[in-house]
Amino acid sequence: MRKFLRRFLLLDLLEGLWVTFRHQSPSQIETEQYPSERPAVSERYRGAPRLNVHPATQETLCISCNLCAVACPENLIVVGSVRNPETKRKDLVTFTYDLSRCMFCGLCEDACPVDALELTQDFEIASYTREGLIWDRQALEEGPRPTQYRQ
Amino acid sequence: MTALDSNEMVLNMGPQHPSTHGVLRIVLKLDGERVTNTDCIIGYLHRGVEKIAENRTYVQFAPYVDRMDYLAAVSNGLGYCLAVEKLMNAVATPRAQAVRVILTELNRIASHLLWLGTHALDIGAITPLFYTLREREGVLKIFENYCGARLTTHAFRIGGLQYELYDDFEKEVETFCRQFLPKVDEYEELLSGNRIWRERLRGVGIIDAETCKRYGVTGPVLRAAGVAWDLRKAQPYSGYEQYEFDVPTRTSGDTLDRYFVRLDEMRQSVRIIRQAVANIPAGPIMAKIAKVVKPAVGEAYVSIEAPKGELGYFIVSDGTTHPYRLRVRPPSFVNLQALGHMARGALVADVVAIIGTIDIVLGEVDR
Repeated sequence: MRKFLRRFLLLDLLEGLWVTFRHQSPSQIETEQYPSERPAVSERYRGAPRLNVHPATQETLCISCNLCAVACPENLIVVGSVRNPETKRKDLVTFTYDLSRCMFCGLCEDACPVDALELTQDFEIASYTREGLIWDRQALEEGPRPTQYRQ
Repeated sequence: MTALDSNEMVLNMGPQHPSTHGVLRIVLKLDGERVTNTDCIIGYLHRGVEKIAENRTYVQFAPYVDRMDYLAAVSNGLGYCLAVEKLMNAVATPRAQAVRVILTELNRIASHLLWLGTHALDIGAITPLFYTLREREGVLKIFENYCGARLTTHAFRIGGLQYELYDDFEKEVETFCRQFLPKVDEYEELLSGNRIWRERLRGVGIIDAETCKRYGVTGPVLRAAGVAWDLRKAQPYSGYEQYEFDVPTRTSGDTLDRYFVRLDEMRQSVRIIRQAVANIPAGPIMAKIAKVVKPAVGEAYVSIEAPKGELGYFIVSDGTTHPYRLRVRPPSFVNLQALGHMARGALVADVVAIIGTIDIVLGEVDR
């Protein structure tokens, strides 16, 4: 009789539905509605590289020591510099970073002694061409320019 | 493959089959619905990782190991770092060791969760996948907050850690543990309480302890056959001897038992994490080692208990900054060898369940 009532009142079905609905509370939903909802990336996120400039003088912080290029497992960083005869220091001329081969391991930013090269929280680095992923010094200093979509 | 009898048939499974969990191709020889022989064809994901190692410095190679078993990148990193440290006679600091244990155990949970979801999906239970992936997200969030990447983490460095813990680390891990334990019970209720699930898995893909040992099978597959062999207990590394935990075993060695073993392992991992988080020693995170990693001439083998079994790194050093030879003993590759034994005589539909229960990652099988 009990079995019959259980079947007749669809109790098993309701029990299953209860499990389903229990999992629908908003606090348990992890899905992000990208791009209308921006993902909150963590502070240490290893994303697009940036070559930092001094905020006041706009001069590059890079001292052309080439340590990042040596540390990189994929050899994708090329630092070009000339010796300044007056200051006896190396001046940065070009800085090329091939993002298409980068695996964002963070070894270059670990190697940088002056915190000039940094992997930032920017993650929108898609490009329509392979060449577009080879960033020169200007792109590295200004950061990525993701496409803006109008509402 | 030899000539076929008139009632035999050859069936190609994969490499695009979704249930082979990657690019694995299996040539099945069938007698009606029964499998008489299996032939695994691997190498579709071969990247020559061991050769790459010979052309990178010790430090530079560390990110590559994450890409072998990408579901347990942290475990791979730990194994590699321990192997290089053994080569250099260095030991990570106590603080680094505790953090390593926490992250590795979290990774074990993440790996088992993904296994549980996809395995259930293979069997036909679709719902658990969404729940397990949601819980896995909690682990990945902790990884992202700690080291800035979710999957290929590169969390450890030779000699210790690169990143100091962030402020809320202990709190976040504790919150995860608290919320996670009832979830495991719920999976157990959803799946083990389901008669279809039990009947579908019981007696499928049986492998006994002796055969496991003959094939060199390790990890949950071996423990489900009744052998309490866990490298964390047998030869403790990274301070595992300080923590109290059990090695879950079952006896019958079928697919259902392997499922139970992995569920219990997740609970044990939470136990280890809680003990480790409660007392993370203070101090430096990086041992005092030379900036340029240049071990003396020699060789070292270190194996750890990865989520899938014994993960070993064998490194030969010729005294330069590059490894002379690096060999990985991947658990997935070795465990996959037992597929033929487990699948012989099984139904074609059971082959899917057996592949799922071995828990292979093709990135690791092919390297």
